[in-house]
Amino acid sequence: MSLRSGVRPLAVAAACFLFDLAGTAATAAEIPSEQRRSGYELMAPETRAIQDDDATNPGMLWVLDGEALWNRKAGSAGRACADCHGDARASMKGVAARHPAFDPARGRPVNLEQRINACRAERQKAAPLAYESKELLALTAYVARQSRGLPIEPAIDARTRPFLEAGRETFNRRQGQLNLSCALCHDDNWGKHLAGSVIPQAHPTGYPLYRLEWQGLGSLQRRLRNCLTGIRAQVPDFGAAEFVDLELFLMWRARGMKIETPAVRP
Amino acid sequence: MARAVVTLPAQAKRGEIIEIKTLAQHAMETGFRRTQTGDLIPRDIIRRFTCTYNGTEICRVDLHPAIAANPLIAFNTVATESGTLTFQWVGDNGYSVTEIAPIRVE
Repeated sequence: MSLRSGVRPLAVAAACFLFDLAGTAATAAEIPSEQRRSGYELMAPETRAIQDDDATNPGMLWVLDGEALWNRKAGSAGRACADCHGDARASMKGVAARHPAFDPARGRPVNLEQRINACRAERQKAAPLAYESKELLALTAYVARQSRGLPIEPAIDARTRPFLEAGRETFNRRQGQLNLSCALCHDDNWGKHLAGSVIPQAHPTGYPLYRLEWQGLGSLQRRLRNCLTGIRAQVPDFGAAEFVDLELFLMWRARGMKIETPAVRP
Repeated sequence: MARAVVTLPAQAKRGEIIEIKTLAQHAMETGFRRTQTGDLIPRDIIRRFTCTYNGTEICRVDLHPAIAANPLIAFNTVATESGTLTFQWVGDNGYSVTEIAPIRVE
């Protein structure tokens, strides 16, 4: 065993070296749909049990907060989300499964957080909620909860395709001091270990989700920032266009998989 | 926002063992962490959880700094009579949350 584990990093290093020599963007093979796995399937049974039961899933605390915010009037228009959208259980069903979605006003895709804040600014005449604030996470979790169990299906057409391709480029681009791309871990080496943790396939099926490491709920962009910090790359600001393009690509890559919000992850 | 969620069966047979699950929203700040400038972040935890069944205490938990945020406390009890269960979480900085749940025993 010790011999084998000693040989493997060498082989990886040699492969990386060859890619560099070739001087091409080494596009990793995409995971075939029948091999796609949610991070849920790579978790310990105990962590799965926490997610499965709404009575133990701590993400539900944010969903309940989000429900209260949904019905609370805000802004100078004095309107609540519910005043226009009614019962979220019907009106918000499937919405999270379609985001990031194209916004004609901005001429680019927006994620669920940006959509909520646009609605706040334009319809409620309220100040936008800060990214990663408790309120925005709660509202996003409540809206995304209504899509639980539905397949992810972002609309890819002529308008969104350039942004999808930009996201794909980011996913496959080596960056940071460690010179790694997302694909090197999440396409090529999923299921293996990085230190003590299993490398997942990076399908954003349950955001915003409760990470035991965070001791709280966090957005997909928080998770992306963690990964970028890990490879010692420059981290864009929350809400940056590059992040939204990457979110769109990740959702397209996870198309057909079911929404789990609020998921629990180690 | 201080929220707590309690889950238990709405009705049970007399003598039946029922499971009660509680989840309290709390950061459980240990008091050992420091800010980037080196200042100690003061302790802010839930110190005690109690559950009474028609006035009789059936479960008491002392919580300490090593317990994770949003603590999940689950326990069993025997359904003896119809009535109410009262759950209370008490902690630092005046934190106090009370939840009441009815139960029907036949």
